[in-house]
Amino acid sequence: MQLTHKDILDIASLSVAEIELILDTAVQMREISSRPIKKVPTLRGKTVVHFFYEPSTRTKTSFDVAAKRLSADSLSLSKSTSSLVKGETLIDTARNLDAMAPDAIVIRHSSAGAPHLIARHVRCGVINAGDGRHAHPSQALLDMLTVRQHKGRLDGLRIAIIGDITHSRVARSNCEGFVKMGSEVVLCGPPTMIPKGVESYGVSVTGDVDEAIAGADVVMLLRIQKERQQAGLFPSEREYARVYGLNRRRLKMAGSDVLIMHPGPVNRGVELAPEVADGPFSVILDQVANGVAVRMALLLLVAGGTRNENQD
Amino acid sequence: MRIRISGGRIIDPGRIDTVGDVVVENGKIRSVGPPDSEAADQVIDARNCLVVPGLIDVHVHLREPGHEYKETIASGAAAAVAGGFTAVCAMPNTNPVNDNAQVTRFILDRARAAGLARVYPVASITRGLKGEQLSEFAELKEAGAVAFSDDGRPVVGSRMMRRAMEYARGFDMPIVSHCEELDLAGDGVMNEGVVATRLGLAGIPNAAESIMVMRDIALAELTGARLHVCHVSCAESIAAIRAAKDRGVRVTAETAPHYFTLTEEAVAEYDTRAKMNPPLRTAADRQAVRQALADGTLDAIATDHAPHSILEKEVEFDQAANGIIGLETALPLSLRLVADGVLPLTDLIAKLTVTPARVFGLPCGLIPGGAADITVIDPQRTWTVDAERFASLSRNCPFDGWPVTGRAVLTMVDGRIVYEAPEA
Repeated sequence: MQLTHKDILDIASLSVAEIELILDTAVQMREISSRPIKKVPTLRGKTVVHFFYEPSTRTKTSFDVAAKRLSADSLSLSKSTSSLVKGETLIDTARNLDAMAPDAIVIRHSSAGAPHLIARHVRCGVINAGDGRHAHPSQALLDMLTVRQHKGRLDGLRIAIIGDITHSRVARSNCEGFVKMGSEVVLCGPPTMIPKGVESYGVSVTGDVDEAIAGADVVMLLRIQKERQQAGLFPSEREYARVYGLNRRRLKMAGSDVLIMHPGPVNRGVELAPEVADGPFSVILDQVANGVAVRMALLLLVAGGTRNENQD
Repeated sequence: MRIRISGGRIIDPGRIDTVGDVVVENGKIRSVGPPDSEAADQVIDARNCLVVPGLIDVHVHLREPGHEYKETIASGAAAAVAGGFTAVCAMPNTNPVNDNAQVTRFILDRARAAGLARVYPVASITRGLKGEQLSEFAELKEAGAVAFSDDGRPVVGSRMMRRAMEYARGFDMPIVSHCEELDLAGDGVMNEGVVATRLGLAGIPNAAESIMVMRDIALAELTGARLHVCHVSCAESIAAIRAAKDRGVRVTAETAPHYFTLTEEAVAEYDTRAKMNPPLRTAADRQAVRQALADGTLDAIATDHAPHSILEKEVEFDQAANGIIGLETALPLSLRLVADGVLPLTDLIAKLTVTPARVFGLPCGLIPGGAADITVIDPQRTWTVDAERFASLSRNCPFDGWPVTGRAVLTMVDGRIVYEAPEA
């Protein structure tokens, strides 16, 4: 089986079977990372372009490691090293990259929809590594993989996502992914951080953290960005932590085998108390490890195999 | 030169609705209605067609001077007559801004040279559209400006807007307001709601428009000035305008075909052709706009024709320029309102002719002795919108490829045939 589309742009355009294919492939990839020699020749001779228009440390590193473990030739472009600073349009940059015949372009961009724009103008597969507030499909896939690894399933689980939903591409992609896979998703945060109409994902919304956490199998916290305070979305980190932060007391409301997740980087003491971040329920580092596995799977499915040969 | 437009349904709202002939002689209308049997140099067969006063679009951007790669006065005028419009009001956000008589005269000279549609310049309220200092209204009016507007941006300061209205009242000129509360609109790039949330785009709430509509109505009430509200897109603005009209405030308002045709759903897949300001709203707002056209709250249909090249449109959605072109699609989209039973044909024609003319103080009508600005419409003609064939220099049209019904088949300005549609 292979993917229907050449690109991975968002979770919405993946079917349940495709998500399962990616997760199953990632499980195989995870094994590679546990070997003494962490490299396979699968993507030898394939070229992967990492095009990061917006600063990123962990996602970029994760894709980089993934490409190297599959023996792909990878190169990185950032906003400052590309011709975008010289006034070249995104489409022109993409077409120029495409002319060099890469097998996949991994793109991070601050504008929602930018990967979709690029995908329409290049022949190779495009993997969205995060576009504005819109989507972060590889993050949602690694989150689903982490939950499945610990719970053995995704359907019937209760997933609480707490924080700034409005500005979070992670939350959007996770809403789409977990709902698609049969989980129950409840969103929680101050009303200033809950976007209008978010219920249309098939999720519920509450302003009460205790209610969100009650009986949850997974509690996922989102990073609270300091600049949102200046924008008037919340009065202070102190108040945010008090009303919406996850601490040991609140954690008791959750299921006894709850998973604590966070896409990172963590604001310790704001959305997540340090003792919880480092506590026994935290699977935050598993998320990072699974990130490499999921990205290996995505590169393999997009850049590898017969798909590209058929297209040529 | 004697031209007979023969056998059409003649509609001049408020004056005449009959089947008959219109005779044009030496650029003027000679007779309207009675069958004419005298010899004519040219006979136009208008059977099964509508013969109406030349359509007037009180809100277009012709981009000249300054952005001639998007549109020129000549290309915009060509697009106008191709869409059945014999007159357009050109907004002042050119470069340089139309805030002085030289620019006003330049626009009129260019329009005269093009010899197609009439172009009525709208001059800016404030110099450079900066909202700080009034433009010279008297001199601009003498030069030919018909109204004042900072369209594209609001006059942010309430005190400045008050002074503009008071001062304009001295010249009996309308203040044409782009109503937007910029601070509330923030970094929004489309309507706030489900679609924006799903696409991860920052939203603009209806209140960003209606707050400013309410402020400007309050200022019109305070000053007694004539206020015309541009491109109304949402229910809250309409409610405010309706209430103001009920208590006798001198306020008029327009909407654009996209607001009664499309909704925010058109943005799906990040289609920058559906990006404009104010943004496309919800189905409920679209319904409110239609209702307001029917009950008279909205006086006019104007296109907000806003040409942009692919340089501004084939980019990331949040970077893309606002606006769509509208001159060559407005008529069939408006005729849908009649087909949908929203309002009678005569009322629709009025919103494209005599009503906006009254608001902007422009001549309009099929009046013996008056200028022969006439549009002949085949209301049954079906055709497919093809942006590549537009007279406009720009292609930013979300209706490209749409099958539509109704088209201007002949456009006449001063008795000259300035446009004839190709045979079906």
